[in-house]
Amino acid sequence: MTTVSMTVNGKPVSADIEDRTLLVYFLRENLRLTGTHIGCDTSQCGACMVHVDGRAVKSCSMFAVQAEGAQVTTIEGLAKGGKLHPVQEAFRENHGLQCGFCTPGMIMTAVDAIKRNGAMSRETIRHELEGNICRCTGYHNIVSSIEDASKKMSAA
Amino acid sequence: MIPYQFEYTRAKSLSDAQAMLAKNPDAKVLAGGQTLIPTMKMRLANPSALIDISKLAELSFIRASGDTLTIGATTTHGAVAASQDVRRMIPALAHLASQIGDPAVRAVGTIGGSLANNDPAADYPAAALALNATIKTTKREIRADDFFTGMFSTALADGEIVTEVSFAKPERAGYEKFPNPASRYPMAGVFVAQTKGGIRVAVTGAGPGVFRVEAMEAALAKSFTPDAVANITVAADNLNSDIHATAEYRAHLVTVMAKRAVAQALEA
Repeated sequence: MTTVSMTVNGKPVSADIEDRTLLVYFLRENLRLTGTHIGCDTSQCGACMVHVDGRAVKSCSMFAVQAEGAQVTTIEGLAKGGKLHPVQEAFRENHGLQCGFCTPGMIMTAVDAIKRNGAMSRETIRHELEGNICRCTGYHNIVSSIEDASKKMSAA
Repeated sequence: MIPYQFEYTRAKSLSDAQAMLAKNPDAKVLAGGQTLIPTMKMRLANPSALIDISKLAELSFIRASGDTLTIGATTTHGAVAASQDVRRMIPALAHLASQIGDPAVRAVGTIGGSLANNDPAADYPAAALALNATIKTTKREIRADDFFTGMFSTALADGEIVTEVSFAKPERAGYEKFPNPASRYPMAGVFVAQTKGGIRVAVTGAGPGVFRVEAMEAALAKSFTPDAVANITVAADNLNSDIHATAEYRAHLVTVMAKRAVAQALEA
């Protein structure tokens, strides 16, 4: 057992965990932040995407101890003061989800991609979404949502 | 999926990592972990300890000096793809890095990890072999010609850690791959480089390990054009066959990717 400490969604957290605990299990089971999903569990689908020190990473492919001292943001940390993040808002407006299972991962990937690229073409968005799979195949509106958010956020 | 138990330690320095590795030969070095962690989750790897070198600033850098580009072992694919120095000196290498896996994998996966693992479908070994990179370790310098020794196998000895990789700026170079649409690993990837030492063509993803195609190199030396390699095929006998592609299909892809890589080199 190891004591791991990090900042999750702006709050300091600490827990005694096995070294082999994956970050996604730490978030879901220790912190009860179940918005981060486990889809394939083989680092293909991106449903477990979170930000670690500002970069979108797959939390199923990282041990919690690797995030010792890190700033972690999950889907629960995006909305501020009851107001949705612009990317969340764009998914709502553009109907960017069907069953919703992949949505938290899609949104965390989109926030990181917009931060790096600013306003994006649909082609760039599809390239940026290579690590996220939607089993409903609802990509059309997901791309529209991200395109909309990237333009609004760049203009702001 | 949960891996077997292991003990995790974050190395404080490179010498600290070496000392820990010497004490426990069963330990594995962890950098980005984008291959090692999924492998451990499948319980195909079972190290008793992980020594994390990913936070060592001394191993994460990109340095351009004269005609030599040197990249620290824990530099991520994303950092290589975005580097102005890499884009200026070896645009084909930046292009290669930008095509590895997906953005989340590129945010953590490292060049040193890719080379040390030597997955037969990894992208970086093609660049290292075509550019005859020098791989520096905690013990010595190894030319790419001597580094890749077979499937998942390298010249690295137990306890030896890759620290940096140096590339000489080529006159021109290109890399094209045909990625598996799910994993983004190349089913065939070809890196073509024209350097002061001659022309080299290195193929990854198609066979049990990265290899050169001398017939293509000779043809390109006479005429550096896509047409020069259009009628040269590699034998399918030693190539991989799996659910994604037969050996014959991969052999065909090698020629097509070689043509595209030459075209890209000419555009750059």
